Amino acid sequence: MAADTDATLSSGFRLLHAAASAQASRTDALFLAMLLLCGTVAVVLLVLVTWFSLRYRRSRVVDRTPPRQMKGIEVAWTVTPLLIFFGVFGWAARDYVTMADPPADALPISVVARQWMWKLQHRNGRREINELHVPLGEPVVVTMTSQDVIHSFFIPAFRLKQDVVPGRYTRLWFTATQLGEFPLFCSEYCGSEHSQMTGRVVVMSPSDYGRWLASGPSEPGMAQYGFALFRQLGCSGCHDPRSTIHAPLLAGLYGRTVHLQDGRSLVADADYIRDSILVPAKDVVAGFAPVMPSFAGQVSEEDLQALIAYIQSTSARDATP
Amino acid sequence: MTTDALPGSYLDDGLTLRSWLTTTDHKRIAILYALSITAFFFVGGAAATIIRMELATPAGDLVSNDAYDKLFTAHGVIMVWLFLIPSIPSVLGNFLLPLMLGARDLAFPRLNLLSWYLYMAGGLITLEALLLGGVDTGWTFYTPYSTMFSNTYVVLTLVGVFVTGFSSILTGLNFIVTIHTLRAPAMGWFKLPLFAWAMYATSLILVLATPVLAVTTLLVAAERLFQIGIFDPAYGGDPLLFQHLFWFYSHPAVYIMVLPAMGVVSEIIPCFARRPVFGYDTMAYAILAIASVGFLVWGHHMFVSGQSLAASMTFSLLSFLVAIPSAIKVFNWTATLYKGSIRFDAPMLYALGFVGLFTIGGLTGLFLASLALDVHLTDTYFVVAHFHYIMVGGSVMAYFGGLHFWWPKATGRLYPEVWARIAAVLVFVGFNLTFFPQFILGMEGMPRRYHAYPPQFQVLNLFSSTGAGVLAIGYLMPLVYFAWSLGRGKAAGDNPFGAKGLEWQARSPPPTHNFDAPPVVPARVYDYQADEPRPEAVR
Amino acid sequence: MSGATLAHPSVDEKQEPETGKLGMWVFLASEVLFFGGLFVAYLVGRVRFPAGWAEGSRHTDVLLGTVNTAVLLTSSAAVALAVACEEDGHARRWKARLLSLTAALGTVFLLLKGLEWHDEWREHLLPGPDFALHVAGAQQFFALYFLVTGLHGVHMVCGIVALSLLARGRARARPWAGARELEVAALYWHFVDVVWIFLYPLLYLVDRHG
Repeated sequence: MAADTDATLSSGFRLLHAAASAQASRTDALFLAMLLLCGTVAVVLLVLVTWFSLRYRRSRVVDRTPPRQMKGIEVAWTVTPLLIFFGVFGWAARDYVTMADPPADALPISVVARQWMWKLQHRNGRREINELHVPLGEPVVVTMTSQDVIHSFFIPAFRLKQDVVPGRYTRLWFTATQLGEFPLFCSEYCGSEHSQMTGRVVVMSPSDYGRWLASGPSEPGMAQYGFALFRQLGCSGCHDPRSTIHAPLLAGLYGRTVHLQDGRSLVADADYIRDSILVPAKDVVAGFAPVMPSFAGQVSEEDLQALIAYIQSTSARDATP
Repeated sequence: MTTDALPGSYLDDGLTLRSWLTTTDHKRIAILYALSITAFFFVGGAAATIIRMELATPAGDLVSNDAYDKLFTAHGVIMVWLFLIPSIPSVLGNFLLPLMLGARDLAFPRLNLLSWYLYMAGGLITLEALLLGGVDTGWTFYTPYSTMFSNTYVVLTLVGVFVTGFSSILTGLNFIVTIHTLRAPAMGWFKLPLFAWAMYATSLILVLATPVLAVTTLLVAAERLFQIGIFDPAYGGDPLLFQHLFWFYSHPAVYIMVLPAMGVVSEIIPCFARRPVFGYDTMAYAILAIASVGFLVWGHHMFVSGQSLAASMTFSLLSFLVAIPSAIKVFNWTATLYKGSIRFDAPMLYALGFVGLFTIGGLTGLFLASLALDVHLTDTYFVVAHFHYIMVGGSVMAYFGGLHFWWPKATGRLYPEVWARIAAVLVFVGFNLTFFPQFILGMEGMPRRYHAYPPQFQVLNLFSSTGAGVLAIGYLMPLVYFAWSLGRGKAAGDNPFGAKGLEWQARSPPPTHNFDAPPVVPARVYDYQADEPRPEAVR
Repeated sequence: MSGATLAHPSVDEKQEPETGKLGMWVFLASEVLFFGGLFVAYLVGRVRFPAGWAEGSRHTDVLLGTVNTAVLLTSSAAVALAVACEEDGHARRWKARLLSLTAALGTVFLLLKGLEWHDEWREHLLPGPDFALHVAGAQQFFALYFLVTGLHGVHMVCGIVALSLLARGRARARPWAGARELEVAALYWHFVDVVWIFLYPLLYLVDRHG
């Protein structure tokens, strides 16, 4: 086992923590700018209040003729903050938009949160509990859902968090820039053991990660497992080109625009596929009868993620002409 | 009551308990509120004491997980709904508004008494829920935890909150109608004291926001009892719908808590700086701006909730905008000091403390309004520190400042000035020691609502818990010396601070009908002059 | 002296209509927000479950609902007439009768509503394990339906009680049942009517065509 993966969790006290992701350094730059800006304002006001309090205290003899109007200053101290605020808003918003837009080739990780643990799975099937191993320098996208209540996936060293909501998928992506181990916290109160729902993110060199990934207990990959479920649950009975039942073909579905019965159209994403399995009558595809049964109660959140992984792995060329 | 108040004051207009419990005198109702919210403040404070004791060490070794969760929920529920929201409006507002306007009472005196009974009913129901075993959802009641997973007294607590809400709505209604219709004829809108403006804007929020809370509590109760499927995804519901409905009320609620405090500070600073408040018109407009724009920013509590990008961007921009009128108010208070003649009596110490601590709280709010920063800081102790700076460093300081400022008027007694100043300083120091370290804890990544935490966070937590001890002493002192002053304090006279404002033209304490002769409305509001000789206080 | 006079809320007659009416308007503003929260929940459900909402709406009793709407509108006309009676000295005695009519019509509304609810209970349209409709969202529709019509009904009860008391007080020429009090009560009644006017199409008329 390589030495650089054995880095222990830091227990020393440091201001502004390890900055271990590409986003972290951007967040820290913005934070510093805000600290300087707000700090200056706070200090100036403190100095003014203190100075006025001392200089104009009752016992002092000093010129107290009422000052004339200061309209210019008032306009200045209204417009200046406004302009600065627009600037800060824009800077922070731009970073936020970046956070919401993972690269297409990001390494996918699936997470299911439940009271009170994190269940993670890599594409090749390797599972982890409360730990996430990732390669250094490669974008990673974590797709998450909850089995029960709202949780929140928080990695302070990466300066990132995202609520994990039951009934839908949320995403968080990052590129780790430092080797080591970093704390993972649940940061949305979720019941008794909320404060014990912690873990760690282990950042390894890409080669170490590759070895780690391959060395786990032998399990089918997520897409492979998803395909097995697809047959086992009977999905292929209808959703196969050779089936006699008229059902939408799913090859290459992920990311495709789907036209629905009531005239709406949407882009097929993970939420759509999940809803179609659990609540099929909700978004019926145009030209098809709403005869699909619901599989609610028959599939776990992990099963759903595997099925989605399978569908993602099919491409349009697999569909029959 | 056993004070030897001047004959003919509202305090000896009926000495039986029954006369107090059936009163429609706004001043007596204010006293009823003062006593009850003080009691709730100490219950909420006891919860905070245990929390800080637990958090002095990393391990959760003082109380169990579940007990801790119930404690922070109780602390939030009590402090927000049973203390902060009623504090300044129902105590100081009730007592002072008619006096400041030159009126005999509020527009609907009996409704005022009903408001207090509703508050007590709601408070007692909530207390009952606590005694039966408590509730562990956090004061924010996020679904589906509160609707499907919590095994505690959720519905009972929500009933208590629901009932208390009506107290708020009726108080707001009363204030709005009073300000519109019962002002002294010579008192136009732009001669209203800023405290009255603050009460007006706060009342608009009370009337318009609280009903949304009421309906939200009904929906949560219905979901919990009947599984109607509105918030729980397992039944087809949307947990984010709850968050939108909840925060649509709860964000304006924080302005219910801070606008009255700003009103109090705008009365105190001109008096003790002997200068009219700088930019009166702007201050009034700023109050209205805060109240209205405050309805449009609720989504800044949901930047990482999974709401859309567009929603987050809109709420972030509006949150920056709402900071502008608050900033203007801070600048104007500072400018009021310029070329003043400043005294540092206890009310002024509290008011200056407000300005400093509200400024820090407000500036840290800008960090949270910034989308990318909020992703890191939300749900950590940074947020806890931010809102305590505003609500405790801000609102509670202003409440205490107001209590001291108008204590002579309400009781006819002077509080002991030296002890009051010591308490004010202790509160300021204790407060900063308690809550400033929490900003750093949040930056370091310590999540909130954590019963046990990793050891690297201990040093700052220890500072914080120590500060809480100092703060507690600062809060207990007024209890002692205010009670002392009722029996032994010097007689106050009608206007010990030489303040302007119609309430100071009434006797101290006032008769039931408020004014012996119609009060004189001055040509200018805050008619202070720094270079005029000031009447000496009786000290 | 700047001529400031003291305002005595209990003594100054001319001031009272303003305080009472203004107070009622402010209260109605809060009520708008109260029902508004439910309308938002309805809207969200309608967008998420268009088929479920349509299915639910088709199972409400549009006949009873329409009759009820007519009843409520008539009751509002009655109370408006009662207010107008104040002008005409001869018609004063009609005031009490019109108020009673309003209250009676309101009671008819509630009885019909109760009938509707009873039928819906029999048809297993109460949200619960044996809910009859299996389209996603239909149960949420009915949950909101019962909640909002129930709250509306509570408001109606308060209005009926107030109007009945005023009718009796007016008939006996009580001082607390004067023109000012009637105007305020009428305002409240009109509001409850307006809420229903919004509820009726949202609950009964969705996807009724074809």
